[in-house]
Amino acid sequence: MHMADALVSPVVGGAMWVAAGCLVAASARRLRRGLDERKAPLMGVLGAFIFAAQMINFSIPMTGSSGHIGGGMILAILLGPEAAFIAIASVVTVQALFFADGGLLALGCNIINMGFFPCFIAYPLIYRKIAGARPTQRRIFAGAMLSVVAGLQLGALGVVLETTCSGISELPFKAFVLMMLPIHLAIGIAEGFITSAVVSFVWRARPEILEVAAAAVPIGALKIKKVLAGLAVATILVAGVLSWFASANPDGLEWSMARTAGKEELAAPAGAVHAAVERIQSLTAFLPDYDFKRASGNVEPQAATVNAGTTTAGLVGSALTLALVALLGIILKTQRPAE
Amino acid sequence: MRAGGASSLESALLDLRGIETLAQQETPVHRRDPRAKVVTALAFIAVVISFGKYDVSALLPLLAYPVALIVAGNLPARFVLGKLLLALPFALVIGMFNPLLDRTALVQLGDLRVSGGWVSFASIMLRFGLTVSAAVILIATTGFGPVCLALNRLKAPRVFTTQLMLLYRYLFVLTEEAGRMMRAWSLRAVSERRISIRVFGSLAGQLLLRALDRAQRLHAAMLCRGFDGTIRPMRRLKFTAADLGFVAGWCAFFMIARIYHLPHLLGQGMMRMLP
Repeated sequence: MHMADALVSPVVGGAMWVAAGCLVAASARRLRRGLDERKAPLMGVLGAFIFAAQMINFSIPMTGSSGHIGGGMILAILLGPEAAFIAIASVVTVQALFFADGGLLALGCNIINMGFFPCFIAYPLIYRKIAGARPTQRRIFAGAMLSVVAGLQLGALGVVLETTCSGISELPFKAFVLMMLPIHLAIGIAEGFITSAVVSFVWRARPEILEVAAAAVPIGALKIKKVLAGLAVATILVAGVLSWFASANPDGLEWSMARTAGKEELAAPAGAVHAAVERIQSLTAFLPDYDFKRASGNVEPQAATVNAGTTTAGLVGSALTLALVALLGIILKTQRPAE
Repeated sequence: MRAGGASSLESALLDLRGIETLAQQETPVHRRDPRAKVVTALAFIAVVISFGKYDVSALLPLLAYPVALIVAGNLPARFVLGKLLLALPFALVIGMFNPLLDRTALVQLGDLRVSGGWVSFASIMLRFGLTVSAAVILIATTGFGPVCLALNRLKAPRVFTTQLMLLYRYLFVLTEEAGRMMRAWSLRAVSERRISIRVFGSLAGQLLLRALDRAQRLHAAMLCRGFDGTIRPMRRLKFTAADLGFVAGWCAFFMIARIYHLPHLLGQGMMRMLP
């Protein structure tokens, strides 16, 4: 469920980076203000715990296969949402750097999908409401199960939205949702069992740990959470709208219109809005137009009959480029011992 | 499916240590300031993903970056390829649908028509290879500590970077602890092949309690040594002219590769030269 860089557009990746960065900074500030510095080593060690625990595989009943935990909700229950969010963000960062699991620009997406939804949505709105300050075995189970399932469903929806908005995958939104949500429902149920098993174990062995975590969240926390949620939702919307209109070459909406209508543009799509978005895009995007070499009279995407000369030139050029890159490698290699 | 148990834990640890060993080398790439490498890697990935979804040949010149760094940084190519294979499934599963769903003919080679789906699939795979190798190369030529230091200097929140360093430090300790627990379990449960969920709950719970106790001792020890929430690195970073040249040179190359379709220009030039 880690998003890869290859499937994210710069607009979506950038917007999610901003959202994740704001959330990390805000959580960090809250932790500092709460003088909860005790949590710094605690967060680090628990992040490492999640890693170690992820490496222990267990059998999933009735399927004959094995899986490992995600563990986000365990952190939220033991550390409180802000500290858990930062811990998850760092887990995801280490995964991106060391295990090539998820990319660097997709990091924002992954932090939001796997950190924001469980910590700031599922934990306060579901787990705390059910388990409360005086948990029982049954409450822990119900709270853990429901919150884990909800968090994973939201995360999966996040993956679908980010992928669809990026417009690199051809998967239609609906089919993708129908594929992702059931899979993550199954994963969520298994994860729910595990989470409640681990949390109840801690609760039986060392109840004070849960009490401290439950008491650590001040009542004023709700307000900032709303602000943060609003911020994230706004970023998602902005990114979605931006990338939908992001480029003049057929992708996203225009591309699907092109295929259903059989021509590239029905009309100038949505006049003023489109122009405005395009202006913003040209200001924010790395380069104003994704693909302007196409506009300079080369390959038209819809043209079934492509100028053979252009294609040959492209192929020859590509082969030459690869040869040059290989040459570069060889030159560097022969020069190295001289260093 | 990984071969469960202690062996997967040990191989993961070996993997992490292998990366640190690679990062300890002395090459022109290793000598660059970590900030320079972080910024360049991010710029590279941003440029790669800014290409249109049907661009394949235009992306090829960017291969120069990973190739140059792998060779100049003395990284084994097999190591980078192995990491790519590990991360492949997600991009492959999502990208796989493009050829199925997008059948518009886009390129014609003689009688062979290549559909847009295959072109965009190739583009996804190429982006995937470029972006993942950039991340792997960054860490294998820099090491985790210096990357954290660079993030810190680049104004990432301090709590976050401190936490990253602690996480990384305790990753080894706790994974070894988990390995010991797994070994104990496998010695006592000879006939069982996998851990059941019930057993996993108490196993993970036990690991968690040990981790918490360790965190408390650790924190006490850190407080005794005057810890105030920030980790002060021994090493000073120095951003030299060579580092500036590294960043500027690569970024200029990325910009040129982004603006001009280099293989196309090259191909056209070649065709013109031929009779």
